Amino acid sequence: MGIEYLNQERAPILEALEKMKAARLVPFDVPGHKRGRGNHELAEFLGQNCLDVDVNSMKMLDNLCHPVSVIRDAEKLAAQAFGAANSFFMVGGTTSSVQAMILSTVKPHEKIILPRNVHRSAINALILCGATPVYVNPQVDENLGISLGMKTSEVIDAMNKNPDARAVLVNNPTYYGICSDIENLTAAAHSHGMKLLADEAHGTQFYFSSKLPKSAMSVGADMAAVSVHKSGGSLTQSSLLLTGENINTGYVHQIINLTQSTSASYLLMSSLDISRRNLALHGEEIFSGVIELTEYARNEINSLGGYYAYGKELIDGDAVFDFDTTKLSICTLPIGLAGIEVYDILRDEYDIQLELGDIANVLAYISIGDRKKDIERLVSALADIKRNYRKDPSRLLKMEYIDPIVDATPKEAFYAQKKSLPLEETVGETAAEFLMCYPPGIPVLAPGERVTKEILDYIRYAKKKGCQITGPEDMTINRLQVIRDIGK
Amino acid sequence: MELWFTEQHTPNVRFSIKVDKQLFSENSEFQRVDIFDSAEFGRFLVLDGRIMLTEKDEFIYHEMITHVAMCVNPAIKKVLLVGGGDGGTARELLKYDTIEKIDLVEIDAVVVEACKKFIPQTAGCLDNPRVNIFIEDGLKFIRRVENEYDLIIVDSTDPFGPGEGLFTKEFYGNCSHALKADGIMVNQHENPYYQKDAVAMQRAHKRIVNSFLISRVYQCHIPTYPSGHWLFGFASKKLHPVEGVDFRRWKNLNLQTKYYNTKLHRGAFYLPSYVEKLLREVEEN
Repeated sequence: MGIEYLNQERAPILEALEKMKAARLVPFDVPGHKRGRGNHELAEFLGQNCLDVDVNSMKMLDNLCHPVSVIRDAEKLAAQAFGAANSFFMVGGTTSSVQAMILSTVKPHEKIILPRNVHRSAINALILCGATPVYVNPQVDENLGISLGMKTSEVIDAMNKNPDARAVLVNNPTYYGICSDIENLTAAAHSHGMKLLADEAHGTQFYFSSKLPKSAMSVGADMAAVSVHKSGGSLTQSSLLLTGENINTGYVHQIINLTQSTSASYLLMSSLDISRRNLALHGEEIFSGVIELTEYARNEINSLGGYYAYGKELIDGDAVFDFDTTKLSICTLPIGLAGIEVYDILRDEYDIQLELGDIANVLAYISIGDRKKDIERLVSALADIKRNYRKDPSRLLKMEYIDPIVDATPKEAFYAQKKSLPLEETVGETAAEFLMCYPPGIPVLAPGERVTKEILDYIRYAKKKGCQITGPEDMTINRLQVIRDIGK
Repeated sequence: MELWFTEQHTPNVRFSIKVDKQLFSENSEFQRVDIFDSAEFGRFLVLDGRIMLTEKDEFIYHEMITHVAMCVNPAIKKVLLVGGGDGGTARELLKYDTIEKIDLVEIDAVVVEACKKFIPQTAGCLDNPRVNIFIEDGLKFIRRVENEYDLIIVDSTDPFGPGEGLFTKEFYGNCSHALKADGIMVNQHENPYYQKDAVAMQRAHKRIVNSFLISRVYQCHIPTYPSGHWLFGFASKKLHPVEGVDFRRWKNLNLQTKYYNTKLHRGAFYLPSYVEKLLREVEEN
């Protein structure tokens, strides 16, 4: 294929699907709904256009497990657009991208350095591969009750103490928009012979705006997991895995194929292709709009009083090396309400659904699809809530991050002999399962970590305020599995 | 040659007016704005394909959205008009010499300019010094206003376009806050007949009931609006729309109206049983 074919105005998967439709094939292959003819209710609900392209891999459409034509070309265009050496279209969510990064770079018993406030998908990967986590505690903003980034000096310290570690994982940014110094961390990792992996589940926009923090690929990181479906506009569950020059893509492919569906959805893949084209051609303009809208909302909310919509003023050059101004995180503690309470009131009373509410903050996700008038609704609703629901703020908890005591690796704990105990009797035991609020899905307790009174108090408080607690086998979260005979 | 304007009242129902000519058409930042001239209804304003007013029947809507509240409390001095860029409601308000100031907050400048040029019957009053026009989102305007107005009239488009934010709890809550203790809010409340509109009407009513102590609905008949049967909401922290109202006082003002009268005022609050039922459904839970 010549240069003309591989340019950002093209969308190879979309074009191939259009050709496939025009060919009017008689489908004697799966899926069995046969373009919706076998499932009218589904066609009625999702729309005929959708079912027309819900097809299986075939010669003209390539195959995600072994891409040699249109999918390969779409991946090349995505790599080009994101400034990576290679890209992989992922259909198992950014969870699958994060897991592929970790499984590709660390083997059983090898070490990986990571902040403890990672998404559960990262720790799940450690259960799968048996690697040993070396946690760097994120800094915490006491007033906002959020964990920040990692101090560069502490990560380098961890590298020096664990020279055998194979990789370092960095959130770029966190859910709340906080960035660590990924450029210097990448350089430090490389000088220690380690790979730098970036969880960019919330960072697609960094690749397309000069006004935002640096993207992982732009500073030479080795791999990045990018949730195009979050800020980039593709369908839920579609994601990109980006790799740099020094990554063996054949091996990464093998790792991906261990767990990836062999019937990857063309709805997801075409949405990645179309979104990549849109971002490559219009990204700068799109995200300028998002930044402007978010800044407007931030100023309006801050001028209401009683809320704190934080922004670039948090930057301290270290644990908050940079801030993603497209994130609208709002601390609600000054009006005496936990974030989760405001989140619930907004949904139940005002028909406004936010991205998350934790015990101190709410997060409104502002993106490519937002309109000014909807921002006005959010700001007005917050004004009304402040008047009608405010309480005495003195009884609120803030803390979001609790330093873990690690007794066993996640894999050892997960596969250990277990016993189930009532939650309140687990203090001092070693957890064999996760305990977290979802969202944000950052474990309060991960397998292998010691249960403390502090953690149980936090969980009890979060539960009372209305957070959704997940992780344990017991869906009612009254019991927790712990390791039998930890031998400590 | 025949030229017809057609509005889709529901996916299965159409309402058409024979058009003499089109006078204006522009896509504004918020919506498509059209003005047509016709033999039957005179000039008429259309936003995103929906008739907002016609010269022939606009008096019904504008009188009913204004005089009910003015009769309940003739001492009203400061009025906030949200929407109403066509000027019809402002014209009715200006009939009261006692009103000192009308703040008109219209999101779309194109509506105001087009009406001034082509529908002077309603917009002719907009240069009156008692009318202050703000081109702004009403939801934003009202956010920081406190204890300021005697009357707020929500003269909005339907809840499926730019007026969406004016049918929400946050808007009504902020209105309640912007009103004085004896303030009144009147809003256009959609039709109760077609299902989609009736659901929107119920949602709006539920939100108003939550924000105001007194909340009643009244009706009128508008030939060019979907189903012809139209509702308005009357909400207040203190004043009842009928009980204790001194109707003679309003009569003594000797204002000229074509639709509104004090007998009709009382009668307008008697609603069909199915409408009462729709309202009760949301008042109870």
